[in-house]
Amino acid sequence: MKDISRRKLILGGLAATAGVAGLCVAANLAEKYGLVPPDHGGIYGLGETLTYASQRLLTRHSLAREFPRGQISKRPVENELAPPPEAFKRLQAGGFADWRLSVDGMVDHPASFSLDQLRSYPSRSQITILACEEGWSYIAEWIGVPLSHVLESVGIQPQARYVVYFSIEPDWWESIDMADALHPQTFLAYGMNGGELSIANGGPLRLRVPRQLGYKSVKFVTHITVTDSLKKFGKGLGSAAPEGGYSWYAGI
Amino acid sequence: MGESEFVELPPEAPLAVSVPSSASAVPETAVVALRHSALVRVTHWIATLCFFALLVTGIEIVISHPRFYWGETGNILTTPLFQLPIPSSRALVKTGYGYVLPDQNGWSRYLHFQAAWIVVLTGLLYVISGFFTGHWRKDLLPRKADLSWRAFSAAIASHVRFARPSTDEAWSYNVLQRLSYLIVVFILFPLVIWTGLAMSLSFVSAFPASVTLLGGEQSARTIHFFVSIALVLFLVVHVVMICVAGFRSRMRAMITGRVTTENMTAGPAAAQKERT
Repeated sequence: MKDISRRKLILGGLAATAGVAGLCVAANLAEKYGLVPPDHGGIYGLGETLTYASQRLLTRHSLAREFPRGQISKRPVENELAPPPEAFKRLQAGGFADWRLSVDGMVDHPASFSLDQLRSYPSRSQITILACEEGWSYIAEWIGVPLSHVLESVGIQPQARYVVYFSIEPDWWESIDMADALHPQTFLAYGMNGGELSIANGGPLRLRVPRQLGYKSVKFVTHITVTDSLKKFGKGLGSAAPEGGYSWYAGI
Repeated sequence: MGESEFVELPPEAPLAVSVPSSASAVPETAVVALRHSALVRVTHWIATLCFFALLVTGIEIVISHPRFYWGETGNILTTPLFQLPIPSSRALVKTGYGYVLPDQNGWSRYLHFQAAWIVVLTGLLYVISGFFTGHWRKDLLPRKADLSWRAFSAAIASHVRFARPSTDEAWSYNVLQRLSYLIVVFILFPLVIWTGLAMSLSFVSAFPASVTLLGGEQSARTIHFFVSIALVLFLVVHVVMICVAGFRSRMRAMITGRVTTENMTAGPAAAQKERT
C-alpha cells in the first residue's frame, strides 16, 4: 500500500511537472504566433484563448460567405443609436464634405483622407451577412474600399500587429489583428445596396468586418491607428467591447 | 430514504462491470464493487457542471432575442418561425411585456463558450477512452438479448410502471438506458456542437458546408435551440430515473464509484481486495 502511494506520488508529481511545462511551452508558442487575445486575463481567458487560437489556425485566410443579389434582405435593420454628438451634426450639415479619416501609428506616412479620396480608390462590393450577438441578422451589399488598400497606401511598418479604429461617438472603438485588417473583405464601407450608406447603418463611413459579429463593424469611423500592442489603449483589454463585458474576438 | 435504498446483491450476481476476476474473492456479505470507473465519474461531473453553465447562459442569450427563424437571416423586420412568450433584454424586440430585462449577454457568451470548450474536450476524452476500455461495447451497446421486441416492450412496461429496477440493474444498464445514452452521446451532443459552430461567421467562412447543409445560420440557431431542449428533457428523465432507482445509491455509485450492500464490511480492506 505504501509502495503504491509512493509510486503514485512520484508519477503524479512528474505528470504535473510535465503538464505545467507543457502549458508554459504552449503559452509561449501561442504568444509568439499571435494566438492569444488581448482579453485573455480573468476567469474566461481559457475559453477565449482556445477560441481565438483555433480560429486563427483554421480561418486566417478564409472568405466570409457571399450571397446572390436576390438574397439581400428587403430592409437592413437600423439598430438603436445614441443621439449624435455635436461634431457629427456639424459634419452632417456640411454634407460630410469635411469628414476626415486619419490614419496614424506604426505607418510610414500618417495621412488623413476625405470621403471623396476614399471613393476615388478602386471600390469593391460584397454581399454578406451582418449578424448581431443577440441572434438576429440581415444580408446586405456593402460597397467601399478594402482597408488593406488604405493601409498599404500609408505603408504599414513590419512590427504592426493590430489596427485600432475609433468612431466619432465617444468611447466607441474596436481593434482587429492584422489577419482581419488585411483580409480582402474588411472594408471601409461608404455604400450599401447600391446607394449611399445611411446614417442609421453607420454612414458616412463604417469599418465592415464581415467574419465577426456586428459590434466589430464600428459606425462613423474617423480615426485608425496601427499598433504593435493594445495595452496602451483604454484599459488594455483590446477594445471597448471587453470593457463593456463582451468578447474582443467576435468571430463566434 | 434509508439504508433500504441500497441495492442488495445476490452472491451470484455478476461483478463483471469492471472487476470480473474479483467475483470469487468477495465474501457474500461484503459486497463492494466498482460500478463506474474514475474516468467516467470525473467526466460525468465536469459535464454536469458545464451543462448547467451552458443551460443558464443559453437561456440568457436567447432572452436577448427570443425569436426564431428559418434560413440564412432573421430579424425584427422579418416574420419569425415562432417567438417565445417571454420578455426580452432588448427594447428592439416587441414582446408584449411592458419592461425590458437586464442585459446579461456579455458574461453569458463568455461563459457559454468556455463551458462549451471544457465539455467538448472532456467529452472527447470520455468517448475516445470508452473505445479502449470497452465501455461502449460492454456497458452501452444493447445486448443481443435486449434487441428482441419482447425484451424491449418489457423494459418499456417496467419503466411506465416506475418499477424499482431489479438488482442486476445496479450493475449494468438496461436497454432503454443504453439507447438513450448512445443517442445523447452520438447524436444530440454532435448536433448541438455542429449547430453551435454553424452560427459562427468565422467558422463557416472556412467550412461553408457546415451551415448550408443545415439550411442557413438562422436554421442552425433554431436547431441548436431544439437540440438543447432535447438535452434538457434527457436530463429531467435521467434525474427522475435516478430517484426511482434510489437516489442515494446511484449518487454514491457516481461519486465513489462503488455499489454496496447494507451489511458490507466497509473500509480499506474491502476496497483493497477489489483493486487487486
